[in-house]
Amino acid sequence: MTLSISLTVNGQPRAIALDDPRVTLLDLLRERLHLSGTKKGCDRGQCGACTVLVDGRRINACLSLAATLDGASVTTIEGLAEGEALHPVQAAFIACDGFQCGYCTPGQIMSAVGLISEGHAGDDAERVRELMSGNLCRCGAYKGITEAVLQAQREMTAETGRDAA
Amino acid sequence: MSPDAIPMSTGRYGSNAGQPLTRRDGVLKVTGRATYAADNTPDGLLYAVTAVSTIARGRVAFLDVAAAEAHPGVVAVMTPANRPPLFHDPEEKMPPFGFRVEVLQDDGVRYVNQPIALVVAETLEAATEAAVLLAPRYAAEPARTDRASGERYAPPAVGVGGSPRTAHGDLDAGFARAARIVAAEYETPAQYHNAMEPHAVVAAWDGDKVTIDMPNQAMALSCAAYGAYFGIPAENVVIRSPFLGGGFGSKAILNGPQLLAILAARQLGRPVKLALSRAQMYGPVGHRGQTWQSLRLGVDEDGRLTALHHHSLSATSSFDDFLEPAANAALPLYASPAILVEHEGLRLDTGTPGPMRAPGEASGSAALEIAIDEAAEACGMDPLVFRLANYAETEPGSGRPFSSKALRECYAEGAKRFGWSKRPLQPRQMRDKNGFLLGWGMGTAVFPCPHFPASARATLRADGSALIETAGADMGQGAWTALAQIGAEALGLDPDQVEFHSGLSTLPDGGVAGGSGHTASAGLALHEAGIDAIARLTELALNDPASPLYGAGNIGVTARNGRLHRRDDEARSEAYADILTRAGAREVVGTAKSARDPAVAAAHAMYSHGAVFAEVTIDPDLGQIRATRLVGAFAAGRIINPLTVRSQYYGGMIWGASFALHEEAVTDHRTGRIMNADLAEYHVPVNADVPSLEAILVPEDDAYVNPIGVKGVGEIGVTGTVGAIANAIWHATGVRVRRFPVRIEDFLAV
Repeated sequence: MTLSISLTVNGQPRAIALDDPRVTLLDLLRERLHLSGTKKGCDRGQCGACTVLVDGRRINACLSLAATLDGASVTTIEGLAEGEALHPVQAAFIACDGFQCGYCTPGQIMSAVGLISEGHAGDDAERVRELMSGNLCRCGAYKGITEAVLQAQREMTAETGRDAA
Repeated sequence: MSPDAIPMSTGRYGSNAGQPLTRRDGVLKVTGRATYAADNTPDGLLYAVTAVSTIARGRVAFLDVAAAEAHPGVVAVMTPANRPPLFHDPEEKMPPFGFRVEVLQDDGVRYVNQPIALVVAETLEAATEAAVLLAPRYAAEPARTDRASGERYAPPAVGVGGSPRTAHGDLDAGFARAARIVAAEYETPAQYHNAMEPHAVVAAWDGDKVTIDMPNQAMALSCAAYGAYFGIPAENVVIRSPFLGGGFGSKAILNGPQLLAILAARQLGRPVKLALSRAQMYGPVGHRGQTWQSLRLGVDEDGRLTALHHHSLSATSSFDDFLEPAANAALPLYASPAILVEHEGLRLDTGTPGPMRAPGEASGSAALEIAIDEAAEACGMDPLVFRLANYAETEPGSGRPFSSKALRECYAEGAKRFGWSKRPLQPRQMRDKNGFLLGWGMGTAVFPCPHFPASARATLRADGSALIETAGADMGQGAWTALAQIGAEALGLDPDQVEFHSGLSTLPDGGVAGGSGHTASAGLALHEAGIDAIARLTELALNDPASPLYGAGNIGVTARNGRLHRRDDEARSEAYADILTRAGAREVVGTAKSARDPAVAAAHAMYSHGAVFAEVTIDPDLGQIRATRLVGAFAAGRIINPLTVRSQYYGGMIWGASFALHEEAVTDHRTGRIMNADLAEYHVPVNADVPSLEAILVPEDDAYVNPIGVKGVGEIGVTGTVGAIANAIWHATGVRVRRFPVRIEDFLAV
């Protein structure tokens, strides 16, 4: 049985012939589209390593069946940088040492991008910590993660302000 | 990705050793281009999934192999009945770190989540479902998973080859002259590493050679071990481990599932990928074993220890031995004229424990630091004053000098920063603005400095750049960055001029990434290889009449910023590139094989030290506990990269908070099953759990630990922190909790 779905992945339209209805969005990305930046940490929505944006909203890709996403637009970690120019959140994660082993990092960054664009974070560190708590980091890079989210948010807000002016 | 070209990236800030450079692999990690083992999908790939036991003891009576084989896409079902031969007996331990492994050698089950079959299919979905279709039936025996049902025994060794018993001085005499004796029992739970990256392997055979993508903390040892299991020379095994998604000790040792996947790839003649599920990591890949520790301290009228007795009952599996050397925590820290540490083993129907971040040190420190606090309380002394009264100027027992020990400075700096002097001596004296009970506690941190033999190569090229190589492992500690800084410094180059190849077993052996010894071990090899390359370059220049350095001879030269300078006349210098070009040499290669000087090591006690101060709040109505503030001050020799070192300390302190307040694998003793084998129920800290953190880097010069003066930082943060939090909880509530993790119910009715 083959299911045909259309997805926009990191801005590129993709016609996908799904060989199996059991395929999750995460396994589609990793094993079939070779976009391995999105990570599998638990495969049951408990760790956040597989966080991607679907139509701009943060989701756990491991909990979503690919077949249900016909017509959706998916943004993964590979789709953030423009060429060699890093997204402000990516640059802030490097500058603030917001990771160690790097395995949870794509999910952390996608969560941060999502919550900043949703306007949830504000400049309240406590609130950022709460909102980023769906993404586990076993190395314990949380201090840097929180600082990175706040720093990126400040930069992005300043940029938006400049653009508006 | 070809094996000889692990991509490295720039895009950093800063300049050289001692500087807080951002991570060399940073761009790869934030863009998703860092390739972890399971990210590889070679052509013709098959997917393997293990079926695992749901009983803790007994045997597999039936597997519905036909049902699994009939599932579309299934290629093979491997069981004890058809498992191809291996060339090493899995019941035979392979030194130095080998454990007995389960590779379908029989139908026996000795713990929950043990592999009992391997399904290989064209897709992950097919393999996953077919593994379920095996629907095993068991002949189960009663599980022995608690202290009452486990078998106690006298272990021949603890940890990796450590002595189970060490005695210094006359313990009975020490207790006899004690003015006070403090004695208590402490309990630490089973904990699981839970690296974010599950254990994974992608294996591809080419004749009798195999390339293995896997996260690996000990590549050279693993190549030899895989060679033995597959009956091929070690050099026929290539391991690629450019990135590890966390290791914490769990990726240094061979395990059954990975061996089976490699075996399946050989049998089927196609590459095979296997990644454990999160639940499957609660069994065959090690954990921190449970301990029950008793401590007895004798103290004289002045608050000085007269005797210190630390006993640990440490759990291991029914079939192999790895015992938390927890009681050894009492050996290096406090000056007692008599010390006895002893271990006893307890056999349980679990997977074999293994080294997990600060193995022994963490659980031992947890108990010891509470006991010290209890002794201070009994003496009516401030816990810091008590610790200073028992400060060890030389290693207790042996009397050896420390290679360096800036612990006094750690106490002073940490206490000052924390505000310790304002701490009331009695408990239950402070409240926060919400009316919650507030408490302050402290603990001493300590970790030994092992050194592993390691090799490296440094190549200076005629274009002025350099290549440095060692098969190191970066599991998040920042090895790529710090090691490149050390190598660049030895070569007198900026790190950006240096290409660094690592994470590949065909490179010179970088030793083991464990014991917090990787930067020191692989770093020393890179340092010496760099010096060797510079020496060879110098020889070219000194013998060349056209060089401004000609004839410098015994005066010597120094290497700096890509130039050699005469020591007596800095103005006379020449660029590396010019020396090589004129000599007609494309490059000059330096090599090194480094190890610790055994005479220096025998003459000195070598440890990193630190002091951790903790603040907690407890809701008096609900018992909810929050660690709100941690200040750690650490002295660990020369600091190569303050940015990544701070992150290691933060990570260690978070592990300490986790040990104190969160982590515990809970077993249903009726079945022997772990009830919380997932990341929702097995609590590791989330961002919101993390207190305000501060790590102070206390300067320390060490002329003995190794020629680069580097000690370890990766594990010490766990020690000290656990006790500091527990002691802060006592200070807040007046309640001593001696069982970890500390729970809400410990405070109902405070």
